[in-house]
Amino acid sequence: MPPSLEMRNLTKQYGTFTALNALNLKLDGGKCVGFLGPNGAGKTTTLKMLTDMIFPTQGECFINGISVQQDRKRALAEAGVLIESPEIYPSLTPNQALEMVADLRGVPAAERKDRIRSALEEVKMVDWADKRVGRFSKGMKQRINIAAALVHDPSVVVLDEPSTGLDPRGMAEVRAIIRGLKKSQRLIFMSSHILSEVVDVCDDVALIDRGKLLFYDTLANVTSRFSDGHSSIDLSFARAIPPDAVQGRIGTLPGIGSVTLLDPRRLRIKYTGGIETQERLVESVAQMHLGLVSAGESESALEEIYLSQISRGD
Amino acid sequence: MATATGAGLPIRPVSTPDTFQQITKLTRYQLYEYVRSRRFVAMLGIVAIIGAIMTALVGHYRGGLVSSNLAFYGSFWGGGAAFLVVLAAVIFGGDAIAGEFQNKTGYFLMGLPVRRTTIYVGKFFAAFLASVAMLGLYLLILLGNGAFYFGAGALPWQLPVSLLITLVYLAAVLGTTFLFSSLFKTSAYGFALTAVLFLIGFTILQALVVDLVHIEPWMVISYANSSIGNIFNPTVNWGLFGNITTTTTQVGRHSFVTVTTYTAGIAESIVIMLGYLIVTAVGGLYLFEREEFT
Ligand SMILES: Nc1ncnc2c1ncn2[C@@H]1O[C@H](COP(=O)(O)OP(=O)(O)OP(=O)(O)O)[C@@H](O)[C@H]1O
Ligand SMILES: [Mg+2]
Repeated sequence: MPPSLEMRNLTKQYGTFTALNALNLKLDGGKCVGFLGPNGAGKTTTLKMLTDMIFPTQGECFINGISVQQDRKRALAEAGVLIESPEIYPSLTPNQALEMVADLRGVPAAERKDRIRSALEEVKMVDWADKRVGRFSKGMKQRINIAAALVHDPSVVVLDEPSTGLDPRGMAEVRAIIRGLKKSQRLIFMSSHILSEVVDVCDDVALIDRGKLLFYDTLANVTSRFSDGHSSIDLSFARAIPPDAVQGRIGTLPGIGSVTLLDPRRLRIKYTGGIETQERLVESVAQMHLGLVSAGESESALEEIYLSQISRGD
Repeated sequence: MATATGAGLPIRPVSTPDTFQQITKLTRYQLYEYVRSRRFVAMLGIVAIIGAIMTALVGHYRGGLVSSNLAFYGSFWGGGAAFLVVLAAVIFGGDAIAGEFQNKTGYFLMGLPVRRTTIYVGKFFAAFLASVAMLGLYLLILLGNGAFYFGAGALPWQLPVSLLITLVYLAAVLGTTFLFSSLFKTSAYGFALTAVLFLIGFTILQALVVDLVHIEPWMVISYANSSIGNIFNPTVNWGLFGNITTTTTQVGRHSFVTVTTYTAGIAESIVIMLGYLIVTAVGGLYLFEREEFT
């Protein structure tokens, strides 16, 4: 059975204020879903109900089909969660904290040491394994929290702004970890304010604002749906792009709407025709031997969509 | 490189231990956390100081204090243990639940597949055992003194019974501190309320009940603890009802003061303690099950 997360009519009210309004969302399969929304949109509120930290005013959530509200113990067994940078008992060392997590989760004693070690390796904290967590910096604690969310090999991973407090290298490491998780068919539901991170690792995005879900779709669909029928892609080159190539050779390829030079080595190309055009485009540009180093979904496309959707509610 | 998260590797699911096992495990980790904490060391220091003062007192005055081993254990276990129970319960239990919110450590535990009850009960057992360690140290000092004055073998049979009553009292007091602790999300409030309540509040309440309502203050937990020492009395009351003693003293030419004192029976005090334990455990669990980690 593929991993799944379901929010059914999920609603949270604080007094008369509605923090989350009847959210219906069903995610399944091995992929990463980005959960976007401005400050106060209700992301953390949603993720806390998903993990039984707070209780829905209405509605229910399911992890792998098990109701969180009815049986938190069984529902959370296959989930790894990291919400709002929790604190670890300060006198514990990472080894001890992860030992506690693994033990309570039922990781067999024989495997514990190995799993803890590799979890710490992944967050690059092996050198600190036997130092007390109490003296760690914010980012170091966050790394241990990430390791704690993954040490038992969860099939569903719920992360609330996992990159909070991390340095650039830490952020890159988190992305690498998430890509690894996707490879082994895990479902990741992750809130984030870093759009480049979302573009980089997420397959789908859900956008909420003021407790309301605005849309949920694949990243590719979202980008094409909101960009007047055009999808957009950013190409990076190892050297400056010859001016004639921009409008000439590249601009005249089939399906191309516009080509913009972002900087001497980066192009943004708007195109129609979905993934086929995109593949053909990248292939053709690669064959031009201009020094193409990467092609990626343009993050600012998501940013444009994000801003236009959010401000719409004003 | 093989990764923890098994990039590309199949998921190796684990099976969650049953609730009873989880409580045992959580108790162990919490206890470990207590033992390494500063407050544990501080409490050990306090007990050691109390023990030293006691040893010096007995050594200096002897006399009535060591007239019999019953008098000795009665005054030093009876007098000290109840106070230590309250102190340990406030120190280890006052913020047990509130601290999980304030320090955000509860958010770490809440991500785990454990019932809320497991967290509450595991913490309770850990606080209980940490407190028992304090009582144990005090008992050791006491036994050392006892052996010095009466010989190692001269232990009154009342002592183990009194120890048992002390443990029940500890459970009741801790249950109460846990209940109050789960009313707050700020450690300081938990500490303040339980400390004030146990160190003076209940004593005042007890006096008020006796003086104003003129009934046996059976509903006040501090009333019950007297049996920890009373058991060493030759005329101990084992019953379910307390003794009432009325003494009238002449204080002026025509004025008399009548003082009524109540002494809990042993069975009565145990019932009171268990009552407190059950009511506060049910109440505390009820609250904690409904508390939100907002
Ligand atoms: N305990 C609470 N009492 C009252 N209102 C609350 C409470 N917790 C959250 N809220 C409100 O609910 C709304 C949603 O908050 P939430 O933390 O889910 O936002 P978020 O999307 O995670 O924002 P951010 O990006 O800043 O983390 C906010 O308006 C917040 O003020
Ligand atoms: Mg948030």
